[in-house]
Amino acid sequence: MATTRRASAKPNASKEELLAYYRDMLLIRRFEEKAGQLYGMGLIGGFCHLYIGQEAVVVGLEAATKEGDQRVTSYRDHGHMLACGMDPKGVMAELTGREGGYSRGKGGSMHMFSSEKKFYGGHGIVGAQVPIGAGLAFANWYRGNDNVSFAYFGDGAANQGQVYETFNIASLWKLPCVFVIENNQYAMGTSMKRASSTPALFTRGEAFGIPGEAVDGMDVLAVKAAAEKAIGHCRAGEGPYILEMNTYRYRGHSMSDPAKYRTREEVQKMREERDPIDHVRDMLVAGELATEDELKAVDRDIKAVVNEAAQFAQDSPEPAEAELWTDVYA
Amino acid sequence: MATQILMPALSPTMEEGTLSKWLVKEGDTVTSGQILAEIETDKATMEFEAVDEGTVGKILVPEGSEGIKVNTPIAVLLGEGEDASAAESAAAAPAPAAEKAEEAPKPEAPIAAQPAAAVAEPVAQEPDVPEGTTFKTQTMREALRDAMAEEMRRDGDVFLMGEEVGEYQGAYKISQGLLDEFGPKRVIDTPITEHGFTGIAVGAAFAGLRPIVEFMTFNFALQAIDHIINSAAKTLYMSGGQMGCPIVFRGPNGAAARVAAQHSHDFAALYANIPGLRVVMPYTAADAKGLLKSAIRDANPVIFLENEILYGRSFEVPELDDFTIPFGKAKIARPGKDVTIVSFGIGMNYALQAAEELAKEGVEAEVIDLRTLRPMDTATVIASVRKTNRCVTVEEGFPQGSIGNYVSATIMQEAFDYLDAPVINCAGKDVPMPYAANLEKLALVTTAEVIAAVKSVTYR
Ligand SMILES: Cc1ncc(C[n+]2csc(CCOP(=O)(O)OP(=O)(O)O)c2C)c(N)n1
Ligand SMILES: [Mg+2]
Repeated sequence: MATTRRASAKPNASKEELLAYYRDMLLIRRFEEKAGQLYGMGLIGGFCHLYIGQEAVVVGLEAATKEGDQRVTSYRDHGHMLACGMDPKGVMAELTGREGGYSRGKGGSMHMFSSEKKFYGGHGIVGAQVPIGAGLAFANWYRGNDNVSFAYFGDGAANQGQVYETFNIASLWKLPCVFVIENNQYAMGTSMKRASSTPALFTRGEAFGIPGEAVDGMDVLAVKAAAEKAIGHCRAGEGPYILEMNTYRYRGHSMSDPAKYRTREEVQKMREERDPIDHVRDMLVAGELATEDELKAVDRDIKAVVNEAAQFAQDSPEPAEAELWTDVYA
Repeated sequence: MATQILMPALSPTMEEGTLSKWLVKEGDTVTSGQILAEIETDKATMEFEAVDEGTVGKILVPEGSEGIKVNTPIAVLLGEGEDASAAESAAAAPAPAAEKAEEAPKPEAPIAAQPAAAVAEPVAQEPDVPEGTTFKTQTMREALRDAMAEEMRRDGDVFLMGEEVGEYQGAYKISQGLLDEFGPKRVIDTPITEHGFTGIAVGAAFAGLRPIVEFMTFNFALQAIDHIINSAAKTLYMSGGQMGCPIVFRGPNGAAARVAAQHSHDFAALYANIPGLRVVMPYTAADAKGLLKSAIRDANPVIFLENEILYGRSFEVPELDDFTIPFGKAKIARPGKDVTIVSFGIGMNYALQAAEELAKEGVEAEVIDLRTLRPMDTATVIASVRKTNRCVTVEEGFPQGSIGNYVSATIMQEAFDYLDAPVINCAGKDVPMPYAANLEKLALVTTAEVIAAVKSVTYR
């Protein structure tokens, strides 16, 4: 595996920790590859946005959370759900629109929720999840607990006006909210440069007094460390915090995007030099923390979990017709 | 194990595609992620990647093949240590049952713009084009692009702005080629900032420019609805007639295929509720072209509602240098005497299919395409109902406060004595759009429901 930034011999993390990141990121990667395959077979319909390449962001952040913390994100949500512990079977079955899915087949890829895991969606409207995330934080403040909410959004979403209305209020009211900007360089076919008047998204909160920080979003340890700092700030009642995660999506925006706005070489270079999973794998191997055989065993386990999810998603029946009329009102 | 590589579905609406090019040949080893082929879908040419690693054992579909159905085996991939004989047996194996969950409405034969033929009591209707006009076959997508290009050539104040309209050539490829012809000053890519850029476009229109604002879909116009309603629609009135807002808001509206509740809303009735707005919702490519050109020239804000499923459909479009259709003029798409079916936009799909089926049973339905919802040509509807004495309305939007409700009320007020049966409104179901394939079908209005409604009002 060719590397430029690869592992210093002694990683600053235990074997257990690194193996857990490896496993969690690999689960997302393999799950997404399988979803892409099922889409190609017509088993998943509509829009389907894969998270491949961005795995370190959610895995690193989730590693710093505690029970009770909430999260909310956009339509590119499969990784967030897996990382917060939702069942791959239920997520995949939602993708195929079946009864066993998290929304019982009614929401699909872009709209999934789990009140148990405090995952508040899966939102199809770019930027809409940002004030919602602050609203979750408001509830924490109101109730006087020390939970923190995570509002994830893209570099494209970062230009929506409601983001700045939210920044002002969140700072004014000191809401415990971490704004996680997943800067994967593109909003559909528009590169960051073509849409943002300034290059640094983490400074977008300055005018409102919100501290921000740029993070290597391809490095799970860096993500975890930044998350701990941000969460500490929020839990101490200091108000919101912005983390700009510099990351990259390998696939098209959605399954139907031919991705002509960037070169194959650009994508290839990222995959080869910055891949978050290879990074952890290299740390494990270089630090002699795990053998190839151990890692192969993890690969096999993950493959089995994903295949089981895919099977479940195909075997689970379509929702009953009466479901059309349920859940419109409480 | 040798595995079949199947023709992939590469867009929500793709049912078949062209295998334009193989980038591997038999005997090549491939790794996961490597590009195998280029496939042309209804929207774009896509690269198709390998999922597994292996050796290409056999290519089953040669490059250049058109109309390859999704899930057709196109090649065989051999695993480690397998030889060509495995390719033969895998090639022979039946493809897994093609399970394309969604079913987009079937494409129809192009419909020539037909003037109302003479029936018992024809409703007087002027044809849209002079006699002897020739037609060419065009997709809705091309007709919309041509309308914008023609108006941009005609008037330097007309410009297009929206997300991905320029370099990407339009998220749905409607603005294909416009950036090349008109440059980045007139074909403007915006950040994802609907409320902001809509307000900016409204300001530009106040100052006398003529913006065309493309919403990637109308679902996202909800971010901007304050400017559409409070700023664009009301200012002429509030300024005592001084300051108008000549602007077009256009984009796909309503359900596409399996994109669920937040991406499937039909806003026809919602916008048709607002004084100060004009609302257009064409069904054919010819109407789309003629009406979009009128919209761009109109002095008022126009909501121009397109439909993703219709974008790729072909229709006959008149070959005229400057073809426009005035607002407020419905079209009799199919003459008949037994019942009036009123619809617009993609609703016409169901209306015309139902009329076709009903004709086989001896029921002659007159199908009216409203084309513009505000102003609405109720006169044509009333004249038809006076003849047929029965009416069914068809739309994909929600039932409460629907266009059909308004049409029914107008008929009751103006042709009550002519009615032999209550008007029936066929509409989308009163629920947010579900994702599951079976539920989505149930949520949409269907041809069968229209037929049943017609049978009910004709007491059959
Ligand atoms: C309000 C709104 N406008 C436009 C869209 C269409 N759209 C969906 S995703 C997207 C790009 C978003 O990019 P970014 O925020 O960077 O997130 P990423 O997809 O890269 O994760 C656009 C324009 C939408 N869903 N909602
Ligand atoms: Mg992005």
